[in-house]
Amino acid sequence: MPDGTQTKTAMLEIADLHGFYGESHVLHGVSLEVRQGEVVTLLGRNGAGKTSTMRAIMGIMAKRTGSIRFQGTELIGMAQHRIPRLGIGYVPEERGIFSSLSVDENLTLPPVVKEGGMTVPQIYDLFPNLKGRGSTQGTRLSGGEQQMLAIARILRTGANLILLDEPTEGLAPVIIEQIGVAVRALKARGFTIVLVEQNFRFAATIADRHYVMEEGHVVDMIPNDQLHANMDKLHTYLGV
Amino acid sequence: MSHLFGIPPQALFGQLLLGLINGSFYALLSLGLAVIFGMLNVVNMAHGALYMVGAFVAWLLLTYAGVGYWGALVLAPLAVGLIGLALERTMLRRLYKVDHLYGLLLTFGLALIVEGAFRHQYGVSGQPYPIPDALKGGTNLGFMYLPTYRGWVVVASLLVCLGTWYAIERTKLGAYLRAATENPTLVQAFGINVPVMVSLTYGFGVALAGLAGVLAAPIYQVSPLMGSNLIIVVFAVVVIGGMGSILGAIVTGLGLGLLEGLTKVFYPEASNIVVFVIMAVVLMLKPAGLFGRER
Ligand SMILES: Nc1ncnc2c1ncn2[C@@H]1O[C@H](COP(=O)(O)OP(=O)(O)O)[C@@H](O)[C@H]1O
Ligand SMILES: [Mg+2]
Repeated sequence: MPDGTQTKTAMLEIADLHGFYGESHVLHGVSLEVRQGEVVTLLGRNGAGKTSTMRAIMGIMAKRTGSIRFQGTELIGMAQHRIPRLGIGYVPEERGIFSSLSVDENLTLPPVVKEGGMTVPQIYDLFPNLKGRGSTQGTRLSGGEQQMLAIARILRTGANLILLDEPTEGLAPVIIEQIGVAVRALKARGFTIVLVEQNFRFAATIADRHYVMEEGHVVDMIPNDQLHANMDKLHTYLGV
Repeated sequence: MSHLFGIPPQALFGQLLLGLINGSFYALLSLGLAVIFGMLNVVNMAHGALYMVGAFVAWLLLTYAGVGYWGALVLAPLAVGLIGLALERTMLRRLYKVDHLYGLLLTFGLALIVEGAFRHQYGVSGQPYPIPDALKGGTNLGFMYLPTYRGWVVVASLLVCLGTWYAIERTKLGAYLRAATENPTLVQAFGINVPVMVSLTYGFGVALAGLAGVLAAPIYQVSPLMGSNLIIVVFAVVVIGGMGSILGAIVTGLGLGLLEGLTKVFYPEASNIVVFVIMAVVLMLKPAGLFGRER
């Protein structure tokens, strides 16, 4: 693909985003930009505001100011249920598999919002572990399988921007490897992905750029090819 | 088979049928309460009053518009459902962010107002409502006489209960409902308009009460207090079955109706309290109810 056309279009632009849980002010002017087809991570310590940024994008954190534009459309002020319908899929940190739904029902729950979503057989190719488990109660799957299901159910909907909040948290290395393969496959399919990660070695194998968050705002942006040169700085940011 | 435990079979089966009919109303009403509680977390104290309104809509339709039973069977639940939608949108909705007790208080107050208004207008004595021609008469089953209308009430309630159970547990719409009961925020984040779902759920739950009211009209007469007499037992049924459990509401409703009937035969003095005794025992042994999940 020639540089400068499609790949440079900003798909998501966040400018001076402030966010609140009731009276508590937790996002202090987040600004970042994600271009079409990119995988961008949000790195930062616990409590830096990564999850809150995603919740602000989805409108789950309703009290927010500044600007969040998706393909040019302002999301702040929009009815909450309309935001995903623009083509944004959300995979929450706690995975959110429903215990009163079977695996099949969990998989097909999110409504299709756009054409061009993946078919169920394509999804099973990506996550073979889910195959044949359709009638199992959703929460009886292992943690890794629940994570796969949480990602899988978004892929059917035709969403082209996916927000993935800590998909590797608490999982065994083999499972993390499988999730990594899947996320790279999604990137190859043209999905744009915002990935929250604590595990930046995992992030480095997938992402194009990294935003570093601290105390509710973005403090740095590191392109993946300069990650090595910035290791010391990153260690200080993440406190590892 | 002339006597069973010294009881003439006519009396036994007669009471069992009565129990089954009461149980059908318990099931229909507690089902609506369970659906509402599951989704809104509101104990709908207005349920009995809306059941009464359903019966009155049928009576008003017949008296002033000449619309008979079959028309009322559709129109009255629809009317009660619309009233429910209006109540949810204008009042209940404002209370979701505060303690659930406020929803209970609001609906209790509404019940008092509605029942008071009907009592003021129509007095406390019941208005008779005729059995529709097609359901008049009865059949001699040999061991007992079955009035057609009573058989119809049992069958119709069962069908509606099973249909509702199927819709909630086995369809796509039901999956949305179950998911939104569990985690409304996430369902909303998938692009479902959860507040509209909540309104419709309340409307549907009270429409079931309206339907029960129409079914009851030819049996119990139409009176402003018909709901408040029944609803106390229905709340006990919901507690025994487990708050919010769909299947629990249906099975417990029918079961307790039958049990009440049996008690009337064998120990009539206890028939009015047997449900509450069972409630106390269940609460001691299994606080979440027979079919409820601990939260
Ligand atoms: N529901 C909530 N109510 C109030 N404060 C919250 C809530 N969730 C998170 N916070 C606070 O907001 C800040 C950012 O949290 P979060 O976005 O979850 O961080 P991260 O995902 O980067 O670990 C933290 O200080 C956290 O304590
Ligand atoms: Mg987080």
